[in-house]
Amino acid sequence: MSLLHDEQTPIVSYVSGPVVKAEPGHLLSMNEMVEVGEERLVGEVIGLDGNTATIQVYEDTTGLRPGTKVFGQRMNLFVELGPGLIGQIFDGIQRPLDFLKEKWGDFIRRGKTVAALSREKVWEFVPALEPGVQIGPGMVLGTVKETEAIVHKVLAPPGCHGTLKVIAPKGRYTLEDVIAEVEGPSGRVEKIKMFHRWPVRVSRPYRKRFMPSVPLLTGQRVIDTFFPIAKGGTAAIPGGFGTGKTVTQHQLSKWADADIIIYIGCGERGNEMTGVLTDFPRLLDPRTKRPLIERTVLIANTSDMPVAAREASIYTGITMAEYFRDQGYDVALMADSTSRWAEALREISGRLEEMPAEEGFPAYLASRLAAFYERAGRVETLSGEKGSVSLIGAVSPPGGDFSEPVTMHTKRFVQCFWALDKELASARYFPAINYLESYSAYISAVSSWWEEKTSAEWKKLRDDAVEILQEDAKLQNIVKLLGEDALPDDQRMIIEGAKLIKNDFLQQSAFDPVDTYCQPIKQYYLLKVIMHFVDRMRDVVMARIPLFRAMNLPVVEKIHRAKYSIEGEEVEPFLKILEETDQQIEELLKRSREPENEA
Amino acid sequence: MKPETLRHDHDLQVEFVGLSRIQGPLVVIEGIRDVGFGERVEIVTSTGDTRQGRVLAISRQAAVVEVFHGTSGLDQERTRVRFLGRPFEIIVSKDEILGRIFSGLGMPLDGGPAPFQGEPRNVNGLPINPVARAYPEDFIQTGISTIDGMNTLVRGQKLPIFSGSGLPHNDLAMQIVRQARILSEETSFAIIFAAMGVRHDEAEAFRRNFEESGVLNNVAMFLNLADDPAVERLIAPRVALTAAEYLAFEEDMHVLVILTDMTNYCEALREVATSKGEVPSRKGYPGYLYSDLASIYERAGRIHGRKGSVTQIPILTMPDDDITHPIPDLTGYITEGQIVLDRELFRKGIYPPVNVLPSLSRLMSDGIGEGKTREDHRNISSQLYAAYAKSKQVERLASIVGEEDLSVVDKKYFAFSREFEKRFVHQGRDENRSISETLDLGWDLVMMLPESELVRVTPQEIEKYGKASHTRNQE
Ligand SMILES: Nc1ncnc2c1ncn2[C@@H]1O[C@H](COP(=O)(O)OP(=O)(O)O)[C@@H](O)[C@H]1O
Ligand SMILES: [Mg+2]
Repeated sequence: MSLLHDEQTPIVSYVSGPVVKAEPGHLLSMNEMVEVGEERLVGEVIGLDGNTATIQVYEDTTGLRPGTKVFGQRMNLFVELGPGLIGQIFDGIQRPLDFLKEKWGDFIRRGKTVAALSREKVWEFVPALEPGVQIGPGMVLGTVKETEAIVHKVLAPPGCHGTLKVIAPKGRYTLEDVIAEVEGPSGRVEKIKMFHRWPVRVSRPYRKRFMPSVPLLTGQRVIDTFFPIAKGGTAAIPGGFGTGKTVTQHQLSKWADADIIIYIGCGERGNEMTGVLTDFPRLLDPRTKRPLIERTVLIANTSDMPVAAREASIYTGITMAEYFRDQGYDVALMADSTSRWAEALREISGRLEEMPAEEGFPAYLASRLAAFYERAGRVETLSGEKGSVSLIGAVSPPGGDFSEPVTMHTKRFVQCFWALDKELASARYFPAINYLESYSAYISAVSSWWEEKTSAEWKKLRDDAVEILQEDAKLQNIVKLLGEDALPDDQRMIIEGAKLIKNDFLQQSAFDPVDTYCQPIKQYYLLKVIMHFVDRMRDVVMARIPLFRAMNLPVVEKIHRAKYSIEGEEVEPFLKILEETDQQIEELLKRSREPENEA
Repeated sequence: MKPETLRHDHDLQVEFVGLSRIQGPLVVIEGIRDVGFGERVEIVTSTGDTRQGRVLAISRQAAVVEVFHGTSGLDQERTRVRFLGRPFEIIVSKDEILGRIFSGLGMPLDGGPAPFQGEPRNVNGLPINPVARAYPEDFIQTGISTIDGMNTLVRGQKLPIFSGSGLPHNDLAMQIVRQARILSEETSFAIIFAAMGVRHDEAEAFRRNFEESGVLNNVAMFLNLADDPAVERLIAPRVALTAAEYLAFEEDMHVLVILTDMTNYCEALREVATSKGEVPSRKGYPGYLYSDLASIYERAGRIHGRKGSVTQIPILTMPDDDITHPIPDLTGYITEGQIVLDRELFRKGIYPPVNVLPSLSRLMSDGIGEGKTREDHRNISSQLYAAYAKSKQVERLASIVGEEDLSVVDKKYFAFSREFEKRFVHQGRDENRSISETLDLGWDLVMMLPESELVRVTPQEIEKYGKASHTRNQE
């Protein structure tokens, strides 16, 4: 270690909130991580101009004075990747919140604390390779059973090339222990531990990309059946406050059939993170029957925590997601809310006195958003496995107006758009996903999966349902002016059909013990019984039987209750409803043909 | 205002003479050294008055200071500026603050002494670690049907009232204070009242209300009134919440905090931002309004292992009754719901004029149901929402086609809408309804509709609660 001379340490020359300037700037490099002052506040160099470095500090800067020393870390902002991530909750710069509580109590203070991943915890390492093999970055050196649900694959770190000289035998190790030695081409031996560091702003490499084609099943009917997302895909959930962004993301975190969930609370409420922390150890993953927390990593930079770390939290999360993808897992990342991240960019940009573009946002907003969503994808990893990162970002448009910059730009870069609707939310119609404004570009891509798993008519059924809703929307314009009674029965039939789809299929309460999650097969049959009834209504109308007779049939009540009363993957009860529909409609038709019954 | 006695380390203080610039509520002092960001400042005018301020930005040569009492009357040459070497702090202790009245900066206005027992506390507080938070789920009965039945308040929640000028938000807040009861247990409670730019008579009405309901000794009031300096409003809620957190988390009290009017607070923030020449975002408000409001609203909640809680009821008036205005909009994005008052209901003579449709309590679902309120609570509430939303559509239709031409079912909705507003929303200023009264009333109303319309409740619930309501009405 060389002694630091004073002229080799930059000092603070200016402080305004999270923005700090230091001189001389030439001692620091762009995006270098720094520690400021005796308290070692963590920051990052975000600008170098002449001899001044501009630093964004990830912690509260109250009391910071000009003249304070700044310590460059010779490293870009990074995260630690290795066993110990799962089940943890970190802040935006990967400080473990559990540990912070132990150390400081109930409130978060500032300053340097502890490594992100525990150095004390002992893991059972099982080697996967024999000495002598050639090693490249991303190769699986061995495994650690991190939770009952997840086998953590220990990957050769970035830049690691050469011959595996030594690999630790099966046994118990901490993150400080060397588990492998690799001799590079120059003869230099690299000692490898179970974790490595990765700069958060750089996406991790993979071999090649695939087109997403397998649905990421969420158990939410409006998503899976109407606007599906594929594994490795991107989706945005825009909506004004109270329309259901957070509940939707919580639902996806609970029920999506991903192996790993990364949940980022970016500038949102503390209690929402607490809610996840309370629920997830209790709720079971429907696939593995293990507590959900065993597949989840939480990142919490709530709205009262420092704003610059909010900006970092998105990158911290996506880097972890890529890391699990590189182990061959399907990862789903929720970011609630990307608007707060964009606003953090705006706030820092404002303090840097940059030229603003739209609504005060910096001109690079669009390119940052694009780069973020570009990190989603289904890939072949460096070790030849398949993994994916699906990104689902909430967007919080001011005043609920989708024409604002963050929503507009996000729309350009995502494939699914789940538009939340204030009006639906205020009638407590949930999920308040507007079926006319929303879309998914993956419908054709996932059709074959659905057709294989449910029925060859899946796509047609779905498209027919969407068509009814669209026709209904047109008719509603007339209804608003004249009332439903003014419509002839062949049009009222559309309205009644749409009602069934809206109330009995699309509407799904997150808080109902049965309906909170809906299996694919149940989704199919639920829509099937509704659409079949709609089909048969056509016969009723053709026979000039008043429509209300059809709506009063006892089977309608059964359709209403089906989402609650039929559980799991039961098919029988649905077949019975189909049968009863036919019976009851036939009877109605028959009776109308017998004139004596008309009287 | 008397200068406050200083208890700070004297060697941390540095004093300078002369201001190089005065702009709006800000002053710039040059030639300084040893001053930290966010530090508290005392400004002594040429006539010897002391004003309080805070460092907003600092370089090696100069500091920008916001002056809480405004800069009017300051002169450039003789003004002395003292940097206190510490952030803005107050001292609080239970016996010294309850039953008392303070200024927005925490100085006594009631002639009593300034609190001096205890440690000085930074008024900005610290973020609560999400790991330490306990999820709020204890039902608070306010006796108001639109709240208890459809937008339930729970202990540790932040639930603002979105109002408009001239609407009875103060009456509603006072009624909540008078009636609020936590069903589960009786523990000691306190009320913190922070006024930002409200009129004397409004503050006085609150005081009298506290007095009449016999709780005055459990109240601490922090008053920044309409004629007090605007910039002081930026500190007032923080001072008040520092007191609230202390009472809740160190003295085990359930604390209800009323913050009124947050609109005045936001306007003061805008004024300072504009003076600094910052790039505004929407309607001239600074881009960090969201973060700034969050640093106030997030100071509510419960903490594991501590008995007390901080429940916030902020009040704000929506400029032009516009809920998309940045102040209500950003507030709604942070708080755990909102109670929205409506001018049309007010004109119809409905009190409290709560429009339930845009109102919300995000913590409701964990605070209600069997063992907390009643098993049918969730569904009947949802049914009331659906029915009222539909009835509003029918009303719009009726205004076009005329009431006579409505279909049979629509006519029922039309009647429902009126009855709902008249019987459920409307109640007396002293009418304290129990939760089961509220829910039964809800059932009475939905039973006006055909059963086939009641898709949000189960047939069993209709049987048990709906039919019971029928019998009730026959009696
Ligand atoms: N799928 C859903 N099922 C039931 N209730 C929902 C659903 N989505 C939203 N809600 C209700 O709406 C409220 C607001 O939802 P939330 O996701 O917090 O909104 P946002 O994040 O958009 O502000 C929730 O507290 C809940 O009561
Ligand atoms: Mg949310």
